[in-house]
Amino acid sequence: MTHVLEVRDLQKSFGGVIAAHNINVTVDTGETIGIIGANGAGKTTFVNMVTGYLPPSGGTIEFLGGSVVGMHPREVTRLGLCRSFQVPQVFLSDSVFDNMIMAYGIAERTGLGLFTPIHTDERAARVDAQLKRYQIEDYRDAAASALPQGIRKLLDIAMATVRNPKLIMLDEPTSGISVEEKFGLMDIIMQALREEDTTVMFIEHDMEIVERFVDRVWAFYQGEIICDAPTAEAMMDEKVREFVIGQEYHPAHLEGSANA
Amino acid sequence: MTRLLDRTFWGLTLGLFALLLLNFLLEEWMRSIGLQSLSRGCVAIGLLVLWRTGLVSFGHALFFGFGAYTVAMLQIIGINDIILLLIGGMATAGGLALVLGFLLRQYRAIFFALLNMAFSMILYGVLAKVESLGSTDGIGISQVTFFGFTASSEAYRPTLFVFAAIFAYIAAVGSHWYLKSTLGLMTMAVRENEIRVEYLGYSAEKAIHIKYVLSGVLAGVGGVIMALTVGHVDPDSMVYWTVSGDFVFITILAGTGNVGATFIGALVYELLRTYAFEFAPEIWQLILGGALLLIIMFLPDGLWSLRSEWRSRRALAAARSGKTEKGEAGQ
Repeated sequence: MTHVLEVRDLQKSFGGVIAAHNINVTVDTGETIGIIGANGAGKTTFVNMVTGYLPPSGGTIEFLGGSVVGMHPREVTRLGLCRSFQVPQVFLSDSVFDNMIMAYGIAERTGLGLFTPIHTDERAARVDAQLKRYQIEDYRDAAASALPQGIRKLLDIAMATVRNPKLIMLDEPTSGISVEEKFGLMDIIMQALREEDTTVMFIEHDMEIVERFVDRVWAFYQGEIICDAPTAEAMMDEKVREFVIGQEYHPAHLEGSANA
Repeated sequence: MTRLLDRTFWGLTLGLFALLLLNFLLEEWMRSIGLQSLSRGCVAIGLLVLWRTGLVSFGHALFFGFGAYTVAMLQIIGINDIILLLIGGMATAGGLALVLGFLLRQYRAIFFALLNMAFSMILYGVLAKVESLGSTDGIGISQVTFFGFTASSEAYRPTLFVFAAIFAYIAAVGSHWYLKSTLGLMTMAVRENEIRVEYLGYSAEKAIHIKYVLSGVLAGVGGVIMALTVGHVDPDSMVYWTVSGDFVFITILAGTGNVGATFIGALVYELLRTYAFEFAPEIWQLILGGALLLIIMFLPDGLWSLRSEWRSRRALAAARSGKTEKGEAGQ
């Protein structure tokens, strides 16, 4: 079976700064990968390289068996590898509905089809279904600029998934969200993505979120992956505890047994 | 909402018929003002298309002048029918926009605006030197045929007006439909967030390039109409950077809400300039500048905002008097 994503010997340096060094990872269909690491560890650089935003200095990136090195983000997107953003990238002056219909309009473009009206009843129905899937239908007619942060995050991800991607990379989906809202938000996102059989990778700083939603963890440190292991194992890894999550962090599954 | 035959379409169609009827009544000087308004209106629609993408060009006289000089050059080689001249002007202006677009689509904001101006100044410099096109004196445009027919001397200007009105109508309706299409509405998306457009799978630069070519073609149409109207082309009145400024002026005056408003804006500009020049030849620039200042201060969205203002007031009045807002609900 081919992997969804296979990265070999990925390198990136900005002048003298090494942002990625010998990154070797694979992702299989249906997995949920959590990317952890301190600021500047190379997490977003990795996402930027895989989605074509930054050219790697060396190495290979294969998506569904084909190389995506040298492609533009739009080409990678069309193949079915999409991403969301730490800072939601939406059309601020428009309503939620108009944001979504624009997203569908662009995603479903076909040559001369671009000259047809954007608003069709079928497309509007797809927009409403997507808004419902991400539970933001109540904000349908609100301006994107007036949305609470959590809703805007959901809108960003809803727009990123209009193509039903095979693999989606979420860049810090819960950053800027209050602690109480984080789990509810991730529940909505993960449920929506599973409905579409999308393989998920996300960057996350909150280890409770990682433990709850992630199968496998990649821990980044100074441009390298210092640990690639199932979540429970990674939480106990010495290097991960020293360089990423801190010694004082107690994984939930251990805490439970300690209290017993 | 998605119908092609919407209110703007009918408004433009009504406008066309009104112009065709008025043509029988107009004095020649009024017709001349009308022709110039139609010409500049076409160019300003091109600017509107760019404006909605968040781009301003201070150099669209480049394409305007290209269209106008194409008429002169085609006449030199013996092509003299209005349709061929129009197609020629559109093709050369559009072709130039296509080529320059590969460079310009990489720039935004002030760089985009001034790079356009730079190119228009280069064309100005070239035309001022080319002797076969009359250098700074320019070159005369002779009377054209209409689908092979020659109009009598009394009928020539009215016929020209009919053709110009139809050209402008097609340009306006086509642009209006374009702006409602997925690609046209993408202007907003590109203006708001190019990264998102890219990550939805479309090239923002390509979208800008297409718009740029469209605006170049529209400016070419304007140039052809102007050349035939004035009967003379020269670098100062066709390509100089102040000519580009006129188009920006009209776009601000009209607002970017509707293509129909652009022609009203062009007409108001033409009247303003004509009368300011006639009644205050010493200070006509002062009057034009003052008018621009007033528009920007009190009608930042242009003349078109008067209509929305009027409509919201009417809605408010209707609501106060307890009437239903049926008339507005359909909007």
